[in-house]
Amino acid sequence: MSVAVRKIGEQPVAQSTPHALRFDGVTCTFASNEGAGKTYTAVRDVDLTVRQGEFLSIVGPTGCGKSTLLNVAAGLMRPSSGTLSVFGQPLVQGLNRDASYLFQVDALMPWKSAEDNVAAGLLFHGKPKAEAREIARDWLVRVGLDGHGKKYPHQMSGGMRKRAGLAQALALNPRILLMDEPFSALDIQTRQLMEDELLQIWSADRKSVVFVTHDLEEAISLSDRVLVLSAGPGTRPIAEFEIDLERPRQVAEIRMTQRFLQLHAAIWDVLKGEVLKSYARNRS
Amino acid sequence: MRATALDPRNHALVLATRLTLLFGCLFLWWLATATGLLSTFFFGDPLGVARRLWIWFSTGSVFLHLYTTLLETLLAFAIGTVLGLGIGLWLALNPFLAAVTDPFIKAFNSMPRLIFAPIFALWFGLGIWSKVALGVTLVFFVVFFNVYQGVREVSPVVLSNTRMLGANSRELLRHVYVPSAMSWVFSSLHNAVGIAFVGSVVGEYLGSEKGIGYLILLAEGVFDINSVIAGILLLTVFALVLDTAVSVFEERFMRWRPTAGQTVGANA
Repeated sequence: MSVAVRKIGEQPVAQSTPHALRFDGVTCTFASNEGAGKTYTAVRDVDLTVRQGEFLSIVGPTGCGKSTLLNVAAGLMRPSSGTLSVFGQPLVQGLNRDASYLFQVDALMPWKSAEDNVAAGLLFHGKPKAEAREIARDWLVRVGLDGHGKKYPHQMSGGMRKRAGLAQALALNPRILLMDEPFSALDIQTRQLMEDELLQIWSADRKSVVFVTHDLEEAISLSDRVLVLSAGPGTRPIAEFEIDLERPRQVAEIRMTQRFLQLHAAIWDVLKGEVLKSYARNRS
Repeated sequence: MRATALDPRNHALVLATRLTLLFGCLFLWWLATATGLLSTFFFGDPLGVARRLWIWFSTGSVFLHLYTTLLETLLAFAIGTVLGLGIGLWLALNPFLAAVTDPFIKAFNSMPRLIFAPIFALWFGLGIWSKVALGVTLVFFVVFFNVYQGVREVSPVVLSNTRMLGANSRELLRHVYVPSAMSWVFSSLHNAVGIAFVGSVVGEYLGSEKGIGYLILLAEGVFDINSVIAGILLLTVFALVLDTAVSVFEERFMRWRPTAGQTVGANA
């Protein structure tokens, strides 16, 4: 069996339905803190599409600008040049209203209980209070936090806070879910449980997911497609891989299969060079 | 003695030791003045102070003064807090305005504001409002700087997340900025209680016809040291009561905050 790898640059055949997300020549340049006038280009000329209903993972060396891409996708950051389109509509100003964002670090409002945190987003979207609470409770049950709704974030464990964050993001029923290394702070067992739960929830209605991670195994076991970014600065996608593993998947088990190892070897082959480059650059 | 005998969590023991300390000091004071070691003319004596307090309360003569001082303090406290909260939020969310007003605010804050007392007396007369005004200028800055800092310290991730959840700027203010600033506000309110009393009493001291500060001034004029000390004790007790009230509110509104010593969930 061969590994379907496509070097970036060959454009796929245009689809009739618009892409959930489409980056066209996105470049993000920041003022550098090394000195006045100096700039730092985190990502350069990124062309990237996320299909509807697709689970896309983005992997790359540490500090390569993965989060920058997500922030652009969320509308939290404007690219220095290039455009972002959401379902065919260019995002010119404001936030991406079709997307929910699960941050790497805890982003729950610490002064609200888990239930109030989940309900808050619904209230912002104009849902009546009773209905918002109903949906919030329902989502807490679905992420396995039944009976913990009255707890404040500081009373919950890291895994529980992540679940609450997931419920908060999904309760809004977004068409796109952006996830920035959401499970990186969790221990390995909790992490695999969360990954399984994420897949199970995702399979119910197949939202478009952009999942940023530095963990290649996590990327392969969750995704339909894995995108490899080059080492920074001036990061851009260098290769992408279709992950043709069967669904539904059990993340712990699928990692043992022959096909998984094949894909892992192929992707790591590309990723390794970038990781080494990044390592050498950070050391010097 | 075993180390566990002095456990600070043993409330009864702590309370007993506190009372012993308090009555021990009172006893020493009484002993020193009764034996003539300290002159009662300059140092008063505890029984005289107790008698004075008894007379004040049994005749009811103190109530008008107490009411006046408490009213001034509470008004100064409330107005100063609301102004500090409002203007603090406003400036913190409006960087241009903050940049413009920055030197003025620093100047006002570093000014010894008690010297405004005579000016306020001229502007607002000898009634309660000149004292309230003085108290407000003192309380305002304490609260203002804390709110300002509190808004600055809002976690950028929580802010981004709440924006992504769809909050507009009014909802951000209500659900993120204000709650985040509140923990700073409450720590400042404990200081504000004390200085609100300072405002009222100093104001009364400089010119008034009623209030605890006025009582102390009168007593001092006739070298009645027992009444001076009785007045100070009354103020202390009411400052403590107000501080406790702030703590009760803090407990209620800040329930989401981890308290010291409480186990906090780690990873997993």
